[in-house]
Amino acid sequence: MPGTTETILGVFAHVDTTVRALENLRAKGYHDLSVYTPVPVHEIEDVLERDRPVSPVRLFTLVGGLTGTASGFLLTIWTAMQWNLVTGGKPVASIPPFVVIAFELTILFGGLATAIGMILLARLPRLKPSATFDPRFTNDRFGVAVHCPPDRAASVREILRGAGAEEVRT
Amino acid sequence: MSVTASPPPRVDTPSEPTFADVNRDVLHTLAPPSSLYFFWMSVVALILMAGILAWTWQIWIGMGAAGKRTPQMWAMYITTFVFWIGIGHAGTLISAVLYLFRARWRTSIYRAAEAMTIFAVMTAGLFPLIHAGRMWFAYFLLPYPNQRYLWPNFRSPLVWDVFAISTYLSISTVFFIIGLVPDIAALRDASGGWRRRIYAMLAMGWEGEHAQWRHYRRAYGLLAALATPLVLSVHSVVSWDFAMALVPGWHSTLFAPFFVDGAIFSGFAMVVVLVLPMRHFFRLHPYIQDKHLDAMGRLILVTGLVLTYFYACEAFTAWYSGDHFERASLFWKSTSTYAWAIWLMYFCNCVSPLIFFRRRMRTSPVALYVVSVLVLIGMWFERFNIIVPSLAHDFYPYTWGIYVPTITDTTIIIGSFAWFFILFLGFIKLMPSLSIVEVKETIPHPVKDTAHAGHH
Repeated sequence: MPGTTETILGVFAHVDTTVRALENLRAKGYHDLSVYTPVPVHEIEDVLERDRPVSPVRLFTLVGGLTGTASGFLLTIWTAMQWNLVTGGKPVASIPPFVVIAFELTILFGGLATAIGMILLARLPRLKPSATFDPRFTNDRFGVAVHCPPDRAASVREILRGAGAEEVRT
Repeated sequence: MSVTASPPPRVDTPSEPTFADVNRDVLHTLAPPSSLYFFWMSVVALILMAGILAWTWQIWIGMGAAGKRTPQMWAMYITTFVFWIGIGHAGTLISAVLYLFRARWRTSIYRAAEAMTIFAVMTAGLFPLIHAGRMWFAYFLLPYPNQRYLWPNFRSPLVWDVFAISTYLSISTVFFIIGLVPDIAALRDASGGWRRRIYAMLAMGWEGEHAQWRHYRRAYGLLAALATPLVLSVHSVVSWDFAMALVPGWHSTLFAPFFVDGAIFSGFAMVVVLVLPMRHFFRLHPYIQDKHLDAMGRLILVTGLVLTYFYACEAFTAWYSGDHFERASLFWKSTSTYAWAIWLMYFCNCVSPLIFFRRRMRTSPVALYVVSVLVLIGMWFERFNIIVPSLAHDFYPYTWGIYVPTITDTTIIIGSFAWFFILFLGFIKLMPSLSIVEVKETIPHPVKDTAHAGHH
């Protein structure tokens, strides 16, 4: 649908007015929203997360962590097997001390994978600010950007204003 | 929250800053520094220069310059290494463990504590290099095979240590940077000129859009969950450097929890030492309030009491084991050449925190500061007392020997403090030393209709 959507931005000063706007927009069937907040806010999350799955960052953590465990045991056991010398009457591949290495690598790979996952999923780094971003959104204002067909623009403006937006612009 | 019907634009009491106030106050901490700041920076830089010169001297002359002779091959360098690793632990405890427990009071101090962690681990990381003598062979520590395909011995606690410390530094740094991103975005939008350009690069285009917060929050929680077992493991692994050896006074299963508790104890003392001047000079009193000081005082008191219990256990097991060498080691430590050090340690770590049983002392900056400095001294001497006197008096009279510090190693140790403080002083003027986002999360959110603003 080239050129058939319009973006309307409402700027709010309060959490409750933002939530009201989101509730009203969703009730009217507008789901293509971008919400900007200076801090993560429970009330806003509750509205937006209602029908969304949990962030898949945790899969990155799981895969990274398991990779770490496996590589820790592989590294220690494989290198011990390279030099098959029994010392102290202990097995060459002695697991208890290797748990320490495997544990540390689990945390290391799991943590790095979590960071990478977050950066990828949040689509960072962004070289250009998005069109609807306003510097006030990192200070004390909340923003709701609605993407809708042009013929609905007036009704969206109405909803945003009605909920208590300080400012509504295109 | 309030019973009176307040007018729609909410009137905030001075103790409740608004979102815009937080931005303004944090920006204020980054204002061009005063001459006092430059004075301290120069003092610290001079001490650091002395430390670097002493290290150069040690490289030139050899390890004899540091007073290293058998049996005292670990001496003050490993003492200070363990000390700095321990300092780092409180930062992770505040940023990760208290995050998972949703302890709201942590928000205003966690950024400074986390920076402290990274700088403390960076300081600690210098000591294996300094201690190894020929530090240009430091890459020997990496796990790779030599020319005969012999790999590092993964059964050795010293190799575990390499893995633990490097994981700790990496994960703390990642955690710290992830936490900084939204704050730097806030600074980017509030500043101009060259600062704006640098912050824009560091913020990676963060906008605080919901889709970003969604992944960010998840990732932050997961990192906290990973950092929590990590922090407990790191000092345990450090303690096994000792406990795995057979030296009397080291060979104990008590060591892991004993070290972790001591680490948190000393780390909290360092947080107090750093945060109290920050609060004074940056006028952060609305954020770092008496209740925060009170919480830190309580934590110092509790970890101090636990540590006292461990000291008692250590002495009791040495006696109850019936092992001649354990008993002799303990008796020698507390009555002979280094007895002053062990009694100083008992005073600083067991007696001085007891004044925190009084609430007035926990909220008095002077009392907190004095006790924290005493605790830092006591905890440095704890590591000294584990390492030096134990090695001085082990099984065999032929290998007994007293360690005497030299000017070279003392200067390097003092220089390491300068290195830590120069990093921290630089940090507080370049980066938000108070977390903008987390402080905003804990203060009441702006609400128009106060009638049903049930704040949780």
